[in-house]
Amino acid sequence: MAAVQETVDRVKAIDVDQYKYGFETVLETEKAPKGLSEDTVRYISARKNEPEWMTQWRLDAFRRWQTMVEPTWARVDYPKIDYQDAYYYSEPKNFSGPDSLDDVDPEILKTYEKLGIPLREQELLAGVKTSKVAVDAVFDSVSVATTFKEELKKVGVIFCPISEAIREHPELVKKYLGSVVPVSDNFFATLNSAVFTDGSFVYIPEGVRCPMELSTYFRINERNTGQFERTLIIADKGSYVSYLEGCTAPQRDEHQLHAAVVELVALEDAEIKYSTVQNWFPGDAEGKGGIYNFVTKRGDCRGDRSKISWTQVETGSAITWKYPSCILRGDGSNGEFYSIAISNGRQQVDSGTKMIHLGKNTTSRIISKGIAAGRSDNTYRGQVSAHRKASNARNFTNCDSLLIGDQCGAHTVPYIESKNASAVFEHEATTSKISDDQMFYCMQRGLSDEEAVALIVNGFVKDVLQHLPMEFAVEAQKLISISLEGSVG
Amino acid sequence: MGADVKPLRTAAETALIARFQAAANSLPGDSATGRRRTEAFDRFEKTGLPTRRIEEFHYTDLRALLRDAPEPAARPDAAAVATVLARNAAFPAPLAIPSLDFVNGYLVSQPPAIAGVEIVALDAALAAGDALTSRLGALELAQDNPMLALNTAFMAEGAIVRVSKDAGDAGLQLRFANAADAPFSSAPRVLVVVDDGASLDLVETHAGANGLAYQVNAVVEIIAGDGARVNHTRINAEGDAAQAVSTLSVSLGADVRFSSFGLTTGSAMSRHQIFLGCAGEGADITIGGATMLRGRQFADTTLTLDHAVPNCNSRELFKTVLDDESTGVFQGKIIVRQHAQKTDGRMMSAALLLAENATMNNKPELEIFADDVQCAHGATCGQLDDDLLFYLMARGLPRKQAEALMVEAFLGEPLEFVAREDVRDNLVALVEGWLAARG
Repeated sequence: MAAVQETVDRVKAIDVDQYKYGFETVLETEKAPKGLSEDTVRYISARKNEPEWMTQWRLDAFRRWQTMVEPTWARVDYPKIDYQDAYYYSEPKNFSGPDSLDDVDPEILKTYEKLGIPLREQELLAGVKTSKVAVDAVFDSVSVATTFKEELKKVGVIFCPISEAIREHPELVKKYLGSVVPVSDNFFATLNSAVFTDGSFVYIPEGVRCPMELSTYFRINERNTGQFERTLIIADKGSYVSYLEGCTAPQRDEHQLHAAVVELVALEDAEIKYSTVQNWFPGDAEGKGGIYNFVTKRGDCRGDRSKISWTQVETGSAITWKYPSCILRGDGSNGEFYSIAISNGRQQVDSGTKMIHLGKNTTSRIISKGIAAGRSDNTYRGQVSAHRKASNARNFTNCDSLLIGDQCGAHTVPYIESKNASAVFEHEATTSKISDDQMFYCMQRGLSDEEAVALIVNGFVKDVLQHLPMEFAVEAQKLISISLEGSVG
Repeated sequence: MGADVKPLRTAAETALIARFQAAANSLPGDSATGRRRTEAFDRFEKTGLPTRRIEEFHYTDLRALLRDAPEPAARPDAAAVATVLARNAAFPAPLAIPSLDFVNGYLVSQPPAIAGVEIVALDAALAAGDALTSRLGALELAQDNPMLALNTAFMAEGAIVRVSKDAGDAGLQLRFANAADAPFSSAPRVLVVVDDGASLDLVETHAGANGLAYQVNAVVEIIAGDGARVNHTRINAEGDAAQAVSTLSVSLGADVRFSSFGLTTGSAMSRHQIFLGCAGEGADITIGGATMLRGRQFADTTLTLDHAVPNCNSRELFKTVLDDESTGVFQGKIIVRQHAQKTDGRMMSAALLLAENATMNNKPELEIFADDVQCAHGATCGQLDDDLLFYLMARGLPRKQAEALMVEAFLGEPLEFVAREDVRDNLVALVEGWLAARG
């Protein structure tokens, strides 16, 4: 079956040529000297006023990185990256730290206004229907503003740039940083460990339900600069947090590297919901420019009955290499991954997830929809594994892909590994097997097979996307109604 | 950073390299064949024995598994042949199908002449420069496979079979039997060319002595012309210490009806790789498999199916039953090329874990470049349904018997792919025998 016209139109509307966030903010910046060496690492550490242990941690990572080889297993193709031909640190000139919004360069504030990210708390209250959203705005290598910090502090929630957390909460950072994604986990994670600049740090104390959505907005602005953000979220026993991440970059004809590491830790009965709308500049229709997005995201369900849920809407980046994963360590823990990945132009997406079942009675669910148009390639790569001790582990995976046009490719590479007889894993890529009961219910009420499938899956995805704040809704709205008609595996 | 890693050769690789250098000039064939051997060996040498770093061998590290490369067996004398064939007479249960017999990789007997079927020993064909030898290794898709390349480099023993339309509904068995006093290796190769409009039932059986650590790297190639019909059945009942790598390479013309079914119960380690390419439109393809493992057995089935032309249908169904500490691997890759519109491909792999410590690795892949196709894949693994077990036991069946009934039902589905009743009976008997041995 070919794709329905409605779907074709919707995907066209978010084509690479329609990139809305491609403007550039002209600012004077201070940068680290070009290239990457131990001096660059020391420079970054010094700019962030980091304690000695952190500098050593970075240097150790850098030395390991030098012995590593760039991975080639992903289904992406790009010219070799010259790691010496980029800047690893860039901050707006005379930047003194985000004490008050009044100190922030008005140009930067204007940038966020243009992007539709309200940084002033009173603006947030007006006009936005959903509940409040606290924002940490990261501009190139520094966090320029973090809102609602005081209000969050009242309930004990720590929400601040990670550079601040390293100074103010070293005991937490020392305990958790690198505990989910080890320093030498992979080539890009190790590079990030050496040169990470800013990102968010979140700590939700025991039993606290975070009173508002937390979010970080990443913006790459400076030319020829990589962004290496690092985010660490810890949900202590019985707590809950929903965190959102958004990203954009100016339209340029050069490729820029973005290698982030995100670590989530959920202790007993805690729940973390992590949502991303990734909208880095995807390059033009001919594949010129665009962000190389090499990201390591991993959540550790460390405590019993903990839950981590990843939701991602991927529309940007020239190359996406991203596998938000869950380590289901605690008994009865639960991992979820919902993804919509749309590629167009010459974009290459290799994305998916890993669900690693270690504890007893762990459950996970993977719903992935890939849509490839133009001359793009869209790959789902996912691993589900059950350890010997993961009795009664359950996984359900459903990945659908849709091709629009005959120049693109959609690929599915699932790895399903079971070492426990009582683990039940189901992987399906057909649209007819969702849930017979639900299907029967819908069809009995007069919906066709396809309408029923669309209703069930979209209803499901919609439910998750509703947690995104208004700023992100524009993009997301276009995606949720995409029909499943014409889906292939 | 990124320094070139100089591959350290394992004992097996060193032995193979030395063996090729020593044997290159004495292997049958003209200079063109010699060049092909050298090219093939170069391809093998580049990677060496495949490791996990090669994606197609993600779960099967042959470099670690094939620790040594025993010398090829000597050509068995008449007495040895008689002993081995007598031992193997009952396997599979006698079929009314003419057979080619192989002992330790050597072609030892050919059936009496069959109308429309031409059979030549491979070494004779290579030495005589038979025109059909040019069709060996024709499938592009399998070119880079190191184990196939290794077989090509050393190919000498085996046969070339050509079935013409005049043969009617032809049948042929390829019976491989292995037994010797000491570990050995063998690398037989059989090419079967089925002419346009011809029809063939091909039954390939592999058996061997238990307790003997022999290695097999067998290749069977099938080239089916336009409108041909081929039913292929393969049984791996190698000895319990055998390491068996096998390749089935299939190229199909237009409107071919092709089916292949493989049953694996034997060998300590087996890797069965299937490469299938569609060269003509309108082919109808069915590939099935049933694997039953126990003890510490390891079996890998890897399928690569290339839909290069439009309007082909394919169905793949693989079932794996794992007992004790055995490990099963299924990798299936369906490629749909840009012009292969209206392809309909469905692949399913299901695994049943009967014991706590069994392991199953599934990797069903889709690689799709055409937008007007229907492709689906599914993969499941789990244990026997407790409710069903309870139901059967409540009706008086002992536990093992209830389990056997359910396993038989589980494996029954792909067995239906085998069209010939006498062949299917053989397979069912093997399944029942395996279950009976569970106690």
